[in-house]
Amino acid sequence: MKYTSAVLFLLALVACRDPQSPVDEPFEGPKMPANFPAPAYNLSQNPVTEAGFNLGKKLFYDKIISRDSTISCADCHISYSAFSHPDHPTSHGIDNLFGRRNALAVQNMLWGKEFFWDGGVPNLDLVPLNAIQSPVEMDNTPAEVLNRLKQNAEYKAMFKAAFGTEEVTTARFLQSLSQFMAMLISANSPYDHYVRGESGGELSSDALAGMTLFQTKCAGCHSTDLFTDNSFRNNGLLDDFTFDQGRYEVSQLPDDIGKFRVPSLRNVTATAPYMHHGKLKTLEAVLDHYASGVKESATLDPLLRQPDGSLGIPLNATEKAQIIAFLKTLTDEQFLRDARFAE
Amino acid sequence: MNKFYVWAAALFSAVLIIPACKDGRDEGITGFGSVEIEFDNRAEGESLVFGKTYTNAAGESLSFSLLDYYVSNVVLVSEDGARYVAPKDSCYFLCKHEDPDSRVVRINNVPAGNYSGLEFMIGVDSAKSVSPVTERVGVLDPATGASGHYWSWNAGYIFMKVEGNSPAAGTADNFFQYHIGLFGGFNSPTLNNLKTIALTAPAEPAMVRQGEEAPHFHLYVDALEIFKSPNVLSIEDYPAVHASPYSANIAANYADMFVIDHVHNH
Repeated sequence: MKYTSAVLFLLALVACRDPQSPVDEPFEGPKMPANFPAPAYNLSQNPVTEAGFNLGKKLFYDKIISRDSTISCADCHISYSAFSHPDHPTSHGIDNLFGRRNALAVQNMLWGKEFFWDGGVPNLDLVPLNAIQSPVEMDNTPAEVLNRLKQNAEYKAMFKAAFGTEEVTTARFLQSLSQFMAMLISANSPYDHYVRGESGGELSSDALAGMTLFQTKCAGCHSTDLFTDNSFRNNGLLDDFTFDQGRYEVSQLPDDIGKFRVPSLRNVTATAPYMHHGKLKTLEAVLDHYASGVKESATLDPLLRQPDGSLGIPLNATEKAQIIAFLKTLTDEQFLRDARFAE
Repeated sequence: MNKFYVWAAALFSAVLIIPACKDGRDEGITGFGSVEIEFDNRAEGESLVFGKTYTNAAGESLSFSLLDYYVSNVVLVSEDGARYVAPKDSCYFLCKHEDPDSRVVRINNVPAGNYSGLEFMIGVDSAKSVSPVTERVGVLDPATGASGHYWSWNAGYIFMKVEGNSPAAGTADNFFQYHIGLFGGFNSPTLNNLKTIALTAPAEPAMVRQGEEAPHFHLYVDALEIFKSPNVLSIEDYPAVHASPYSANIAANYADMFVIDHVHNH
C-alpha cells in the first residue's frame, strides 16, 4: 500500500512535468538549438516577451481575423501536426473554398528565408498578410483586421501589455504573430538528441543505416539540421504546370516554372499528406515517387538526373524502409504536444 | 621636411581644395534648404483628366481612372556633379493622381547649392521591400498607407498602378488594368522592374538657399508614354498585366515618361 501511494505520488509528479500540462515556470523566449545554423530573422528588432507571445497566440487562434469570422490561422495549422493540416491535400478556407497547395508546417520559422511553397514572402513579419488577404483563405483586409482589434477591449489590454500602448498598429499586430511563431521551434526529436549526444538519442540500426542513405541520397536538398536548403526545385512530381507554376508565379523567371520550396522534413511523420499538391499520402508513396515516379520536364532538378540518363534516385525496398526509419527519428513529440502552443 | 616637400604639399592641397570648392556650395553658399518636386501628370499636351478620351500609340481610344506610383530614393545632382542623396527613410512617396498634394514631394535639409540634376526611383527598393514591419510606415504600411498598393502573396509594393477603360480592352466594362511591381527578390531572384530615372533641368538649376523658399522642379509626366516607347502597348493584346514577364515592357515604357519641364526659383 505504501508502495502504491509512492508510485502514485511519483506518477503525479511526472504528470506535472508532462509537456501537456500548463507550464508555471517563468517565461523563456526562443532558445537557439545548438545544432541549428544562425537564424534568418532578426530577433533583436522584435524581442519575444510573454505578453507579446500571448497576444500572438490569441490572434493565431482567433477567427475574428477572417472576413466573416469563421476561419483562424489554427484551422489549417494545427499544433499536433507541427501546425500543418493533417489529412487535407489542400485546405478549405472561407466559404469552403479550396486552396491550390498543401498547408505547410509552421515550425522553425526563424530560419525561413522565403515563405510559402513559392517563396512569395521574404520576411516572417509579412507572412500572415498573405492568408488574411487570400480570397480562398480569410478574404479580409489588414485594415479591417486592425479596426476589429481596435474596438476590442481585451485586445487593447493585450496590446498595452505587450507593447506598452493600446494603440493597434500594423507593425505591432504582425510582430506579435511573429513572436508566437518565433517560439515554434522543433529541435528535440530523437535525431536531435543523437546529434547533440544527449540521452534519448539512441537510434535503431535501421534508422542509423537510413541516416547514412539519407546523407548521400536526400541531403542534397534536405540539408543542414533544418532538413531544407531553402531552395526552390522541380522534383519531378508533374510534367504539366498549367494548374500551378510554382516559384515562377512569383519570380516570373522561366527557369522557375514548376519549382517549389524544398520543405523541411522535421516532424514529417505528422505532416501527411505530402508535396505542394498534397497528393502523396504516405512516406512510402514519397520514396516510391523518388525511386520510380519522377517525370521529365525542362526544369527538372539536376540532382534527379542520373549519369545513365535515368530519372530519380535509385532506391531498393530495404533502403526505402531504412530511410523511413530515419525520417521517423525527426518526430519531436515534445513540440507536437507542447501545451504552450496548443489552443 | 625640406622646403620642396612643403611647397609640393601645399600645391597638392590647393589642387585638391580648388575642385572641392566648385561643388554646389561655391561662392560662399552655406547652410541648408528644401526642394520641391511636382509630378504633373499630362496627356496630349494638357493636364491629365480622368474620364477624358485620349488615343494611345496603338491608335486605341482610352480614358484613365487611376494613375498612382511610388517615388523613392531621391538624389539631387549639383551643377558640377556633386550628388546629394536624400536620407532614404524620409523619401518614400506615393503619388496619386487624384490627390494633387501627394504629387508635390518635398526634400528638406538639402545642402545649399545649385542643382541641375534629379534622380529618383519608381517603386520601392529591394532592401525596403524585405524590411521588418516596423520600418514600413506611412505610405509603406500594408494596412493603411499602402493599402491597395501591396501584394501580400508576392510580398512587395505595386510600383505603378494604371487603370482605365478602352473599347479595345474587350473585357467587362472595357476595363484595363496594369499593376506593375517586382523588386528583384532578395535571397532568390525575381524579375526586377525597379526603374531609376535620371533627369536634367532644361535651363536654370534649382537654387537651394538657406532661409529661402524651396525651389521647385516641375516635372511633366506623360501618361500616354506608358503605351508608347520603347514598346507599343496594345490594350487589345494586353488588357490586364500584373506580375507577368510582360510587366517588364510596361516598366520600360514608364521609365521615360518623366521630364523636367522647368524649375521655379523664387
